[in-house]
Amino acid sequence: MGMTIVEKILARATGRQVVTAGEVVEPAVDLAMSHENAALVINQFLEVYKETGLDPAVWDPARVAIIFDHRVPAESPKTATNQKKIRAFVAKHAIRKFHDIRGDVGGICHQILPESGYVRPGFVVVGTDSHTTSHGALGAFAFGIGATEMASVWALGIAVNVEVPATINVNVSGTFPPFVGPKDLVLHLIGMLTAQGANFRVIEYHGSTVTSMSTSGRLVICNMAVEAGATAGIVPCDDETVRYLRDEAGVRDIVHRVLPDPDAVYDQHLSIDVSELTPQIACPHTVDNVKSIDAVEGKPVDQIVIGSCTNGRLDDLAMAAGILRGRKVASNTRMLVFPASGRIYSQALEQGMVADLVQAGALVMNPGCGPCLGVHEGALGDGETALSTTNRNFKGRMGNPNSEVYLCSPAVAAASAITGVITDPRKGARA
Amino acid sequence: MPAVVLTLGDDISTDVIYPGRYMATVLPSETPQFAFADLAGFNTRLKSGEIPPGSVIAAGKNFGCGSSREQAVSTLKGYELTVVAGSFARIFMQNAINLGLNLITAPGFEAAEGDTVEIVGEVIRNRTSGGRFAVLPLPKARQAILDAGGLISYTRQRLLKTLRTTDA
Ligand code: SF4
Repeated sequence: MGMTIVEKILARATGRQVVTAGEVVEPAVDLAMSHENAALVINQFLEVYKETGLDPAVWDPARVAIIFDHRVPAESPKTATNQKKIRAFVAKHAIRKFHDIRGDVGGICHQILPESGYVRPGFVVVGTDSHTTSHGALGAFAFGIGATEMASVWALGIAVNVEVPATINVNVSGTFPPFVGPKDLVLHLIGMLTAQGANFRVIEYHGSTVTSMSTSGRLVICNMAVEAGATAGIVPCDDETVRYLRDEAGVRDIVHRVLPDPDAVYDQHLSIDVSELTPQIACPHTVDNVKSIDAVEGKPVDQIVIGSCTNGRLDDLAMAAGILRGRKVASNTRMLVFPASGRIYSQALEQGMVADLVQAGALVMNPGCGPCLGVHEGALGDGETALSTTNRNFKGRMGNPNSEVYLCSPAVAAASAITGVITDPRKGARA
Repeated sequence: MPAVVLTLGDDISTDVIYPGRYMATVLPSETPQFAFADLAGFNTRLKSGEIPPGSVIAAGKNFGCGSSREQAVSTLKGYELTVVAGSFARIFMQNAINLGLNLITAPGFEAAEGDTVEIVGEVIRNRTSGGRFAVLPLPKARQAILDAGGLISYTRQRLLKTLRTTDA
């Protein structure tokens, strides 16, 4: 009986021939990522060592990554002080995969990890962030954990008590129509599965559409797997994965291809043909409240956000810049753009995208999570509506429970910026 | 007899339980003040101390979905609340087990605010309405952590055991 890719990865990480869904295992961790919530991880980590007579020591500093992104630059003295404590910890424990608030190597954790070559196919990646599922785009088993669990990983180097998840096989075929892409696909899938439809399971993506999709697109569909409740999303490693790691992430050593067995046993099979897919919108206040754009076209929007670990990459900015070049953001709306990393920001500058966006009237802000989680930069007023390429629209998500958030692709966001109302980019927008 | 102090629907996210704008507050001793901060009335009742430990929040499916923030658990643990829900999101459930927040999975559980409930074996009884609902056991994998009194002491024990084995 064959194994799914996650079973294969967990077998290797536990030194066994075979593991099967439902078993409880303790995999060795290849990469352990945190962001500002490392402040809490450090607190819990020191708790573990209390009264043991031992010096607190991270099991393997080379496998720990800490990236500041959620509240950069710090929005409050409290955050700044947390960040300061984390810097001291990073220095003391010689953690080298640390990305401070910087315009060159800073950015959102789920962009920094792939672009820095920290994630490899077959890795077990844990992160104190639910969108750690993103890293499945590189063929890794990557899942979110809490801060105390991370403290345990820092101490032991293993994830204790992982129940091997069952897997949903999603086969995607067809060519995307113009202005329709990975974000529309994943929103459509979440609508099909519902917010809990993949709870405690993994989504393994297959099919010709996925094979021909760039790593950037794969990051989108794995990133949002968690919005269907999935433990992880994963695209088995292929030539594109190797290309990305070599050409974009600067990886020089051998890339081991870990793949599912042809006779792997899946919990469920789903097929999606994207050739007729329309732009999809997740309406307030749940991500699975997904509608085709025609249901909400014309709705006025007060703020448009392009960015986040879902859609703040170069191809997303290119799409927005292409649509907005020589045009203007409508006067009844405001547009905020947050490149996902400093590197992307630089590339967007070099390629003239920042100029296109700024001249159209958009604000191009610093790399980071920005308004995605409602802490600073781009709060919404009472009764306001946002249209955003981020991944969550829960009540209060952007900081104000008396506001609404609609989720969409960069193409929809950019087309809507010109009109100030939710607009179908297929109608008149230029690529 | 514990009473239900709040009823909620399906898909209650951690943004609702502990809004993102308070995430700079991380210490379990400090998070309780922001529990359900956007439900101002309930937050005030919690802070006033009128809600006794053991009181029940009743919710539908997929409670705790969304962000992995552990504050969503420590904030409820601070009041020793019990959450009865149809199902829980994975990371929230794991965090609750790690920190010792009492979770009860009871699909179809129905209650109104003020109802009193009682747990007898594998059944939760709504004493006010007379309804009885089956309680599903926690995933087996988690029992060891519960038995150790939470993940911190579990990890501490494991750490000391590993060191003893390597010394020997
Ligand atoms: S961009 Fe948003 S979803 Fe992504 S890591 Fe930051 S806060 Fe989380």
